[in-house]
Amino acid sequence: MTTSIADDLTRLEEIVRKLEADEVELDAALALFEEGVGRLRAARDRLTKATLKVQAVLEEAGDLRLADLDG
Amino acid sequence: MALPYSPTPISPSDEVWSVTELISTAKQVVDDGFMPLWVRGEIGQCKVWPSGHWYFNLRDRKSQVRCCMWKRDAERAGSPPKDGAEVFVLARPGIYEAKGEFQLNVYRLIPTAAMGRQQQELERVKAALHQDGLFDPTRKRRIPQFASTIAVVTSTAGAVLRDIVTVSRKRWPCATLLVLDARVQGGGAAGDLSHALALVNRLPKVDLCILGRGGGAREDLAAFNSETVCRALARVRVPTISAVGHETDVSLTDMIADLRAATPSAAAELALADRREVLRQLNDLAARLAGGLTGRTRLAAERLTRTADRLESGASAVLERHREMADRLAAQLDALSPLRILDRGYAVPVAPDGRILKRRSDFVSGSSFRLRVTDGDVRARVE
Repeated sequence: MTTSIADDLTRLEEIVRKLEADEVELDAALALFEEGVGRLRAARDRLTKATLKVQAVLEEAGDLRLADLDG
Repeated sequence: MALPYSPTPISPSDEVWSVTELISTAKQVVDDGFMPLWVRGEIGQCKVWPSGHWYFNLRDRKSQVRCCMWKRDAERAGSPPKDGAEVFVLARPGIYEAKGEFQLNVYRLIPTAAMGRQQQELERVKAALHQDGLFDPTRKRRIPQFASTIAVVTSTAGAVLRDIVTVSRKRWPCATLLVLDARVQGGGAAGDLSHALALVNRLPKVDLCILGRGGGAREDLAAFNSETVCRALARVRVPTISAVGHETDVSLTDMIADLRAATPSAAAELALADRREVLRQLNDLAARLAGGLTGRTRLAAERLTRTADRLESGASAVLERHREMADRLAAQLDALSPLRILDRGYAVPVAPDGRILKRRSDFVSGSSFRLRVTDGDVRARVE
């Protein structure tokens, strides 16, 4: 889930760089802007709404199982 | 020069080595042939030079070897050993070329009497791990910037987990902590920890592993100096952080892990990105995004204005052409106008009812009419 925050940041950097460098036509610039806004919103949401998950790794008969722990 | 594997030369004219060639070749053989190793022996003829280097012999009942310890290492070893003292030295064999002597370059020196059994074991493990290159700085992996799933190997009974959870919740709540419970002291701790570390490699998705325990007596940290735990830690497939004891304690796992943290809370801080920092970064990006688009639309608007200007100048050229044509046509029309004929001196007789008098019969004697000339009418009468 958070790797996509890393992806978002990388993609946002790329979008901003393109817009700043005037590399794209207006239509494409608008589309990039729209994508950027979407990614910004999603990343902010993820960061502000997330709750830490704490799970215990249990081994039963050689198999691994996860069980929620009270953080 | 290559080693003389060829048959023994019969005369000096076949092949002659200089002393320097001989010694430097021997040095190379010794350098390549030995890794650093621990040697036990008795000190003899220890001499401290003004430079700070120590020179001494190390001997047992049958043999002896020259040893030198450079100032930097000697300073760490404390006071110089007394002749006859029994010691362990960590050293690398070499050849002192100027004298052609085989000698040990000593890095560490520990009197055997000063070492308890545990310390000896620690030194043994350290040497073994060193020999296998597990302390090699090039082994160190980078801690991922945005770790998502973190394996935490520790005792769920202690405060360590609580500290890690608290810090994680504050810094990067998007993360998932997968806790592998293990005893961290006493008999069985080394086995538990090694097993838990091995399980980390079986977790389907994990970005980072933290091995942690709180501070304690030096003896309580023994499991974190055990060879099996160190080797299990070295085998973990993802980057590792070791956080054992308080700041002053360093364990072998601290040296094996990719990163050492002074405390478990510090480990969590090193492991996780800071949400506030990333939000700030997002805000910056948002501002640049808006700025980028504004700039881009301004450019487009300028381009549009330029186009409009061109359009307008095109349109006025068309209008001009039409105006000229209209003028021309107007002039032609004007030339054809009957009024222009009057200009030339002709006059038009018009009856009072407005009828134009064209024939003789239209003119009745005594009747009045108007004569239209170029600048108006003239009253007239037929005689």
